[in-house]
Amino acid sequence: MARDYLYFPGCSLKATGVAYEESMQELFRILEMPLRELEDWNCCGATSYMAIDEESAFQLSARNLSLARQNGNSDLMAPCAACYLVLRKTQDYVKKYPRVHRHVAASLESAGLPMMDGVKVRHPLEVLYNDVGLEKLESKVVRRWRGGPVACYYGCQAVRPFTEVDRAHNPIRMDEIMKAVGVPTVDYSLKTKCCGGALTGTIHDVGVRLNYLLLKEAARKGANAIVTLCPLCQFNLDAYQVEIQKESGESFDTPILYFTQVLGWAFGADPRKLGFKRGIAGRKLLKQWFAEHAEVEQYV
Amino acid sequence: MDFGRTMKYQREAEPDWPHQLKQLPGCERLFSCIQCGKCSGTCPLSIYMDYTPRRIINLVREGFRNEALSSKTIWLCASCYACAVHCPQDIHITDVMYMLKREAIQHQMYPKRFPIPVLAREFYDLVRKRGRSSEFWLVLRLAMKSNPLILLGMVRTGFWLIRTGRLSLRSERIRGVHQLRRELATPKEAQ
Repeated sequence: MARDYLYFPGCSLKATGVAYEESMQELFRILEMPLRELEDWNCCGATSYMAIDEESAFQLSARNLSLARQNGNSDLMAPCAACYLVLRKTQDYVKKYPRVHRHVAASLESAGLPMMDGVKVRHPLEVLYNDVGLEKLESKVVRRWRGGPVACYYGCQAVRPFTEVDRAHNPIRMDEIMKAVGVPTVDYSLKTKCCGGALTGTIHDVGVRLNYLLLKEAARKGANAIVTLCPLCQFNLDAYQVEIQKESGESFDTPILYFTQVLGWAFGADPRKLGFKRGIAGRKLLKQWFAEHAEVEQYV
Repeated sequence: MDFGRTMKYQREAEPDWPHQLKQLPGCERLFSCIQCGKCSGTCPLSIYMDYTPRRIINLVREGFRNEALSSKTIWLCASCYACAVHCPQDIHITDVMYMLKREAIQHQMYPKRFPIPVLAREFYDLVRKRGRSSEFWLVLRLAMKSNPLILLGMVRTGFWLIRTGRLSLRSERIRGVHQLRRELATPKEAQ
């Protein structure tokens, strides 16, 4: 029986990262893994809540975890790296610190919510890697990749403490998945260097420089595109490329994709349903690579 | 001639402060730092900081509260946790930074109109009130409270976000907003 995956989209997947949600839905549909959105979820609090009021940050996550529990699901999938980390960190702290546990329990009780035990927070990359597996992913491929080598960029929070996505120092699962579906990857040495997150909106100058380094290294390694697993990484690398170009005097026109888009394409999804048109940088290249073709190419 | 002050007198420190911090979740291993500098080496932002993460840990450990709390460093930390996973002494440096941010906000020790704490506060209030954040409204409020001129620089990005359907003007709100408020209103235990 196909199992049902409950997911927590978070604010980004409803706005700037909408292509992530679209492509993930399409990908999971093709893989016959039904997706269901967590009902009436609230914001995870991201990094800002931790910086102001840690207890509130845990309360926010606790509500989401409790809602997932009420849904009877033992897994909650969080595609955004920030949501993933905050949910996991909350669980970790509730387990480790009795004070935090007592406060979270009392808060849930006064809100009339059940306790949140037993929910496993997961990331779609790790779900595909563990629950589907490389072999099955490989067997689903119906289209040949036309984009040349890509750089797999893991960013920060998805592969740091509290995680089961991959190891922190040299994550390779996205690379393995890409290779399995016929997408060559380059050895991207900045794969876990932070994109600055919200810094591009606050200390803009610094944020832009961080992203310049990421783009430059990908280009130097011969990557034609960068593949991401986080809506913030995608946004920063994508939306500020013109500016980075202007500031650095170097030309970049690198498409920034989600791994779910690349997989969806490989598995024969309608490109219109994968949100390729939502990319800002490298639009011409994207058109070349992903334009609808009359017949789906058979993968040899 | 002003040579700046690179050395401080012991009497300027608050030696009890780090011992209180040590009790907080995530800050337990503060005193096991060996000053190896791996945190500063791995931090993508340390070159922009006034004190590198290694120096912040030392300032905190020695009780130089004023310097640590009014530093730019704590606000430049993007919470990428690189230092935390690389620290050979397993010090949760990111959590120490969070703790410093919280204390700096609490005592208003951050530079006025500095956009990072302003953004954090606006975000905090928005989510508290509505249960969700709406990126567009958040950026607008940030600009109004820090520097409205930054909006000019965003015109181009904004145009593309609208064109690609990625800018939502909707002000999100959850149904269980009262439930959430009840939850958030639950008082903390006394220390």
